[in-house]
Amino acid sequence: MHPEPQHPEPQHPEPQHSEPQHLEPHEHGPDEVPHTHPDPGVDPHAPLHSGPRALRVGIGGPVGSGKTALVAALCRALGEQLRLAVVTNDIYTTEDADFLLRNGVLPAERIRAVETGCCPHTAIRDDISANLDAVEDLESSLGPLDLVLVESGGDNLTATFSKGLIDRQIFVIDVSGGDKVPRKGGPGVTTADLLVINKTDLAPLVNADLSVMERDAKARRHELPTVFLSLAEDRAAAPVADWIRGLVAAREHGREL
Amino acid sequence: MSLATLLLLADGRLPSGGHAHSAGLEAQVSAGRVRSVADLDGFLRGKLATSALVSAAFAAAACAAPAAFAGLDAGLDARTPSPALRKASRAQGRALLRAGRAMWPVAAIGREPHQPVALGALASAAGLSPHEAAVAAAHGTITGSASAAVRLLGLDPYAVHALLARLAPECDRIAELAAARSGDPVDELPAAGAPLLDIGAEHHATWEVRLFAS
Amino acid sequence: MKAEARVVAESDGLGGTRLAVLRGQSPLLLRQTGPRVAGGVTVHLVGGAAGPLRGDELRLDIEVGPGAWLELLSVAAQLALPGRPAPASRLTINATVAAGGTLRWIPEPLIAAAGCDHLAITRVAVAAGGALLWRDDLVCGRHGEDPGDFVADTLIRYDGSTLHRHELAVGPRAAGWNGAAVLGDARALGTVVTAGPATLTAGSATPNAAVMPLAGPGLLATAVDADIRAVRAVLDPFCAAHPTAKAPVPA
Ligand SMILES: Nc1nc2c(ncn2[C@@H]2O[C@H](COP(=O)(O)OP(=O)(O)OP(=O)(O)O)[C@@H](O)[C@H]2O)c(=O)[nH]1
Ligand SMILES: [Mg+2]
Repeated sequence: MHPEPQHPEPQHPEPQHSEPQHLEPHEHGPDEVPHTHPDPGVDPHAPLHSGPRALRVGIGGPVGSGKTALVAALCRALGEQLRLAVVTNDIYTTEDADFLLRNGVLPAERIRAVETGCCPHTAIRDDISANLDAVEDLESSLGPLDLVLVESGGDNLTATFSKGLIDRQIFVIDVSGGDKVPRKGGPGVTTADLLVINKTDLAPLVNADLSVMERDAKARRHELPTVFLSLAEDRAAAPVADWIRGLVAAREHGREL
Repeated sequence: MSLATLLLLADGRLPSGGHAHSAGLEAQVSAGRVRSVADLDGFLRGKLATSALVSAAFAAAACAAPAAFAGLDAGLDARTPSPALRKASRAQGRALLRAGRAMWPVAAIGREPHQPVALGALASAAGLSPHEAAVAAAHGTITGSASAAVRLLGLDPYAVHALLARLAPECDRIAELAAARSGDPVDELPAAGAPLLDIGAEHHATWEVRLFAS
Repeated sequence: MKAEARVVAESDGLGGTRLAVLRGQSPLLLRQTGPRVAGGVTVHLVGGAAGPLRGDELRLDIEVGPGAWLELLSVAAQLALPGRPAPASRLTINATVAAGGTLRWIPEPLIAAAGCDHLAITRVAVAAGGALLWRDDLVCGRHGEDPGDFVADTLIRYDGSTLHRHELAVGPRAAGWNGAAVLGDARALGTVVTAGPATLTAGSATPNAAVMPLAGPGLLATAVDADIRAVRAVLDPFCAAHPTAKAPVPA
């Protein structure tokens, strides 16, 4: 009978359900094997560890905007305090995972690379199975974790993460494409839990007006936060690291995310 | 049985990890063996006669008797000499199981079964017949490669779907053949192999740059 | 034509091998061919007539006892031909290898000529601690011709479990056999299955070949090419370098 005792799988992320869901026994016809039906939306597998599972934060955004640089900065800032692991989604290669390894921000066993078959947005939104398997493998090999960062493959302004995969998402754009990007909007810019506008050090070189970007971001995002960053200068991504610390703390105190 | 349930199981949009796999096509595209719709035709006909027949028979057998999963899994191991293909099949089996468990009460069949075994167990849990499991398996074997061909080669999607429509009767025939043999002992189940798929998968797994996981 | 052949190799008790049985019928004639390797015995399939032809029923039984070492080779390629209208020709090989025994099967290629209809059934059971190297080369059609129908149906067991189960079909009845999933433009195929503790992982991997660790204790080396010589260039060194090539040294 499911769930399988020998291979427990981590709970499917469903932040909106805080109460454990029970599988109700029900009537069966004479020719049926008695069984329970899983509640739709709840993974019918025992959680891997007791206690809350890791907070999962997705990091998306266009190609080259600084997602991997942000992951590296967060590993530097949080790696000592939190039990941390990273899943990368490269389109063709394991470039991002290799970068993190080369830079020694995280040991190899804490990084998994997922291959996305031509469609990076599919792997984080429509068919998240490979990413969930990667998170599950990290948790089963490393034990309980506090934080898993999932970096998406560089994609376009419409790519967002499924809530089945992550709890919160950060969208990273940069100033080098000009100050029009926040105005163009798209689900990434408008709905991400945190918008990071990176490479502010380059703004003068590309004639990007940061105040225009701030105004447009505010118009698109209303109350949702936006931070300006230069990862070239702030190698620990202080405002983003603080934002994540806040989420982890809230989770520890049992507050709903 | 429910036709709508069968369509659900065979739908390419089922979130079961298939989108990341070209089912052997990428390796043959890179080797220059598949460049056109005609080449794809030959590739898919070969797949139907070999891996689709095997997958369909094992899916049907697993649907008829999910509890026999361990023997079927070992039977697929023995029919899959390429470690890269064994890995791809198990990764897809695990992903399919994850999707299936959200939909139906699927029996315990291990954590990472071969894809056809998972498909059969899902079909069984969904109340489908072994023959329907075989149809879903044969159909999935060719549609995955066909959609990868559209993405990799930029082939005309209408021409590719016209090809799939031409292959549909052959797909049905393979599924029927597979279902008819699905009660045989595991050693006697279909074992048709495809040397280029094996060789291609092994080389593909070593590439530094590739679009698909297999 | 109906023919049967049988070879039984056993340990001579001195670290060498002797043949307890060696008999055959045309076209399955067997000859011991001198102590090429100390400690082991080499037997050649010498063949007696062209064939197999449709309607032929051929059977070869091979038994390798504990501690024995047997290598089976053939002097010439088999040429499967159409012959008269008749059911498919069939060659059935049954082989067993006991613990501590070694069997190497390295025949010349089978050529599936146009119009042939041939089935090769191979059943090998290797006991735990036995070693096997099983090679089959196939050429699809004589020069410039399309092949007839040929099916290879292979089952290799090790220590009671199925290690390798494989069928290959070429010819007009085998849909897609010359498509890019099965053989493509290649007309020559060679496979080597090894089973047992003696393994060799290094293998030449040209773009048209791969050496694959099986799920159980064994390997499959596969090579395809337009020309059988390219297949041999990959598989001959593989067979020569495989640990089973060393026969035991007699006391
Ligand atoms: N000048 C400047 N360069 C930056 C900054 N952040 C990142 N970069 C550089 O931008 C390039 C791309 O950064 P990545 O972190 O690889 O970007 P990414 O979003 O992960 O890229 P993909 O994964 O390929 O989509 C690298 O060369 C970084 O060094 C920044 O704040 N300022
Ligand atoms: Mg990156």
